[in-house]
Amino acid sequence: MAQINRIHLSNNKDKTVLKKIKDIFMKNIVTIIFLVLCLIGIELSGLPIFFVVSELVTRLTRNSFLVLSLIIPVLAGMGLNFSIVIGAMAGQIAIIAVTHWGVTGIWGFLLCVVLSFPFALFFGYLTGKLLNKTKGQEMIASMILGFFANGLYQLTFLFLVGTVIPMKNDVLILSHGVGVRNTIDLSGGLESTGIKYALDEIWKFPIFYIIIILCGLVLLYFGIKLAVDIIKYRRGNKKPFMNNCVKYIFNITVCLILLVVSILIMTGDSSLSMINLPMITAFVIVILCLFNTLIVKTKLGQDFRTVGQDKHIAKVSGINVDKVRVLAIIISTVLAAWGQLIFLQNIGTLNTYGSHEQIGMFSIAALLIGGASVSKATVGQAILGTVLFHTLFIVSPLAGRNLFGDAQIGEFFRAFVVYGVIGISLGLHAWRKRVELKNKLRT
Amino acid sequence: MAETIRKITNSIGLPRIIITLFFILTCVMAVLLELPIDMLTHQVLVRIGMNGVFVLAMVPAILSGTGPNFGLSLGIICGLIGGLMSIELNLYDGWGFAAAIVIAIPIAVIVGWVYAQLLNRVKGSEMMIATYTGFSIVFLMSIGWLIMPFKSPEMVWPIGKGLRVTISLGERFADILNELWEFPIGKVKIPTGLLLFFFVCCILVWLFLRSKTGLALKASGANPKFSLACGINVDKNRITGTILSTVLGAVGIIVYAQSYGFFQLYQAPLMMAFPAVAAVLIGGASAQKAKISNVILGVFLFQGLLTVSLPVASSIIKEGNISESLRMIVQNGIILYALTKVNGGE
Amino acid sequence: MTQEYTLQMKDISKVFFNNKVLNSVNLNVKSGEIHALLGENGAGKSTLMNILFGMPVIHSTGGFEGEVIIDGKRVDIKSPKESLDLGIGMVHQEFMLIPGFSITENIKLNRETTKNNLLSRVFSSKLKTLDTKSMNRDARECLDTLGMDVNEKSKIAGLPIGHMQFVEIAREIDKRNIKLLVFDEPTAVLAESEADNLLNAMKTLADTGIAILFITHRLDEVMQVADNITILRDGEVVSLKQKEQTSVSELAELMVGRRIEGIMNSNKDEKSFDDKEIILKIRNLRVSMRGEQVKGINLDVRKGEILGIGGLAGQGKIGIANGIMGLYPTQGEIYLEDKKLELNNPKESIKNGIGFVSEDRKGIGLLLDSSIELNIAMTAMQMQNKFIIKLLPFTQMNKGKIRKHALKMIKDLDIRCRGPHQMTKRLSGGNQQKVCIARALTLNPDILLVSEPTRGIDVGAKKLVLDLLVKLNNQLGMTIVMTSSELGELRSVCSRIAIISEGKLEGILMPTDSDVDFGLMMSGEYHKINRGEAL
Repeated sequence: MAQINRIHLSNNKDKTVLKKIKDIFMKNIVTIIFLVLCLIGIELSGLPIFFVVSELVTRLTRNSFLVLSLIIPVLAGMGLNFSIVIGAMAGQIAIIAVTHWGVTGIWGFLLCVVLSFPFALFFGYLTGKLLNKTKGQEMIASMILGFFANGLYQLTFLFLVGTVIPMKNDVLILSHGVGVRNTIDLSGGLESTGIKYALDEIWKFPIFYIIIILCGLVLLYFGIKLAVDIIKYRRGNKKPFMNNCVKYIFNITVCLILLVVSILIMTGDSSLSMINLPMITAFVIVILCLFNTLIVKTKLGQDFRTVGQDKHIAKVSGINVDKVRVLAIIISTVLAAWGQLIFLQNIGTLNTYGSHEQIGMFSIAALLIGGASVSKATVGQAILGTVLFHTLFIVSPLAGRNLFGDAQIGEFFRAFVVYGVIGISLGLHAWRKRVELKNKLRT
Repeated sequence: MAETIRKITNSIGLPRIIITLFFILTCVMAVLLELPIDMLTHQVLVRIGMNGVFVLAMVPAILSGTGPNFGLSLGIICGLIGGLMSIELNLYDGWGFAAAIVIAIPIAVIVGWVYAQLLNRVKGSEMMIATYTGFSIVFLMSIGWLIMPFKSPEMVWPIGKGLRVTISLGERFADILNELWEFPIGKVKIPTGLLLFFFVCCILVWLFLRSKTGLALKASGANPKFSLACGINVDKNRITGTILSTVLGAVGIIVYAQSYGFFQLYQAPLMMAFPAVAAVLIGGASAQKAKISNVILGVFLFQGLLTVSLPVASSIIKEGNISESLRMIVQNGIILYALTKVNGGE
Repeated sequence: MTQEYTLQMKDISKVFFNNKVLNSVNLNVKSGEIHALLGENGAGKSTLMNILFGMPVIHSTGGFEGEVIIDGKRVDIKSPKESLDLGIGMVHQEFMLIPGFSITENIKLNRETTKNNLLSRVFSSKLKTLDTKSMNRDARECLDTLGMDVNEKSKIAGLPIGHMQFVEIAREIDKRNIKLLVFDEPTAVLAESEADNLLNAMKTLADTGIAILFITHRLDEVMQVADNITILRDGEVVSLKQKEQTSVSELAELMVGRRIEGIMNSNKDEKSFDDKEIILKIRNLRVSMRGEQVKGINLDVRKGEILGIGGLAGQGKIGIANGIMGLYPTQGEIYLEDKKLELNNPKESIKNGIGFVSEDRKGIGLLLDSSIELNIAMTAMQMQNKFIIKLLPFTQMNKGKIRKHALKMIKDLDIRCRGPHQMTKRLSGGNQQKVCIARALTLNPDILLVSEPTRGIDVGAKKLVLDLLVKLNNQLGMTIVMTSSELGELRSVCSRIAIISEGKLEGILMPTDSDVDFGLMMSGEYHKINRGEAL
């Protein structure tokens, strides 16, 4: 083994740039395939760029939060948390209650946030307890748990509301007084009755202005850094410049291109300039990204990582493994509940018995497409994955129709891809784990 | 006393006791509510026959060590292809039914073999991989149903492209087993042929499990290391088990469809594995052990509960389909319970 | 007087399920001293350490007698955490390191230095930020103490094994209050030069005033670094020596001792097998079995003998039989009466007449959820088509024949059970072992490989199993290769005993040879000393 390592190391040294590129390519093969698929799809669908981009911005702000809620369980070695469906249910319970009480707009939204918290906390706790009993089978357990909870959820809202749980509301409850209606309109005609766009509509701003501003800031940052390193270089300390040179050039070029494109769009009469970004929603998502990145740098995050790497060693060194795992699931569930709120305030209609069902699957597929795996996931992968996944979502029906003369083919293909990508990455993970184990046993 | 009760509870498993009690309760309710008991009994028998083969398909998979076959939809799709070919060949009655099975089996063997290769590479995570393989293949085949060159007007949409969502078997071989040697006991019609077919399948599997290959397969599942030391090829036996399970899935859907009266394509096979998994678990199997008796008991309890609870529930609460929620809770609850008994990870 | 000792363990006794594993053991370690603890497997070393670390296994089995004194104060250690708080550290034989983490992260595992931030003040201390800089600084300091010049930020994965060992030690000395450090067979996995580095580091540490307890079986290392040596045998302290007053051979003799278990094989000493044909010839056998590596062994087995394979745990003796059976990746050559055996193929080994009783009775030896009769018949059925009714192309098991054979075996081997249909998991250890032997015998093997036949079964049953092996040998003339950690048992049954050390054959002894020879061979010193004498 040691010998193999040494050989590996010496190989690393002779690696040419070409080989490095090939390595990067192979490591991100899933993402690259999807990138290509998306580009082909956009081309085939013949959709105007304006439509694709504006739709993408909407979907990105709508779904990112949910995808980001998956990261912490991955960190803690519990794999992809299919039970975020349960978090979504907690969010929907809050929405139904708040809509029933008639609190609307941003206050309604905030009330939902507060109300869903204890539910999600409780559900997350129970989920975590269960997953501790099914160590090694967390993913299938969390998936089946989602189905199971869905049964309970249906039972509650179809039969217990109006019988056991007293609730009178002609708009929400079915005409015979038992059970919540199938769809709940969150906007409600002229006078708002729900929380539609509660977050999105607070402040909107053209997205390309934002890109221009961001690019400006990033350029400034790198400019200063570059200057500092050049000064150091002149003084004889060549190391920082040489190390970071490629990185600087790459980043600055990307920023410059983006900047120029954005300026061209804004100054020209392209309709793209009219695409707005819901600032507050975006802000909330950025905060979650920061949370996910910063938690790694805390004691708690280190516990998550330790448990994720090796449960046994974590236990020996005195970490309460079960507790850490439960905590990871609780955080994920609570975030999923809030993510579902963001999702629904944007959609504007609550499909009482269906809105949550696909959440787990779609979010996980998005994360995996971004290049994450069962044991490693980053914020960047989550965002990139969401972009690619939803691009495919937008274009595939039309691409299917234009290619095969049938929109359904595109839709089926999309679903096949969703399930397939999950299956493949789970398979790869299991296979790698087995090979590793075999190697370990041999040495 | 309390000690013995706890012992019994532990050995049978609390969820099983609850489900059994619940089943008895619904039966009592059905009598009290004066529901047509003879009709219900007939329905229960038909449902047992319809679903029995699916549940049976779990046995070779579990015993060979790959766990419950969550990828049963692969077998189901093979069966559907067999059925469609039989219609395309314009066969009727017994010949149609037999042809469907005869065509489906070799397809299922090939598909099962490929599927087994996959499962052998992902030991330890079979259940999850199987589930997602099943899911993705269902959608891949959805594309397939749209573009396959079937011609029979019974099957393709009159306008547009592809196969219909449901294909009626009314004229072909619907109820062919159900009505075979059917006779009434009192007012209850006994679907003799259907039940007989199921029991014959059970006996065949039982005999297989007592053969040299069958015993080797059981040993591979029960203790792979033991088998290795005995010179048994564990991977080969896992392949055999998976193929057998896939074949039974294929046969299962044909039996199911002749009783149901339709072939259902597209997303219909998506979730079909789960009730079968749940049934065998309710019957007393675990993710590592299963017996034929588990199959018969399980399919009786689970399908019985679903059949009886539907009219009982709807006569208590008029609207909505409470038995559907109930099915989800029972079905997934028992699978979860079985998962907590799997020793993995540590 | 007591003050000078960092650790005192007084009159420690421990009973496990009516089995006395420790009998008033005394152990005293001074500060700055390297104290070696010697003993064979099962001498009680690990139980003693479990007591010191307050392992749950001790308390869940009724605790122990005697007292533990740290720095003159009597302590009652109930959990590993408490022992850590008292300043007792352990360098594990199996590394407790996370490969994906940096050296610093591993050293500071669950003892990270943290800083307050806004959130941690408001919510919980769990949200404190990691103070990476100070952590790296501490790690650097520890590494410097040990004279290790690796970058503290590099990942564990990819480090040489010797370095990993040092990271383990660095973690222990980073615990500021460390007073006593236990090294559990630390050199077992190291190359020679790495081992020398480690021993030097131990000396350096001892000079800083830390007491060191050094558990090992490498006698030359003991002589190299230890100040005092306590030798355990069968749960008792047989001797406490100062290094200056002893020698390697004395230590070896003390460690092994002679336990007479009665000569069970009466004609083994009379008969000589030297003139008998060689039935099994092993040449340059290498087996990759984790923890029991075989690194090139030559061995001949003669027809009709009982050959013993002995040695300490982890030296590779277990790997030999497993390699012959093809259960682990194997290289080399094996000849069965001049016919070359195909390696890495259990089927071939069985078909060529080798029967195997595994050391892992429950894991490999049995189908626990199946009946006794099925267990006995299984291998013969699969490999030799016995007990099968053929209805071509179909087969069925022949239940009648299986039952008849099982009943015969139960009678012959005296398996105590409720009948052939009983599940093997309900049998006692000794009877399970007999079922395993019965299964191997059903194959009518020419050679029977038996690994650890008496492991985990009670004294009475042990004798029965050994008697059975002797009977098979005497009456049926079956060649038996018996691997065992219990030297006494090998000496009472076998005609020759091969001792394995560090994956190699150290030598072959007669049961009557002296304790010194056995002791030296077991600890791998035999050749070193003989070489020394030759020079």
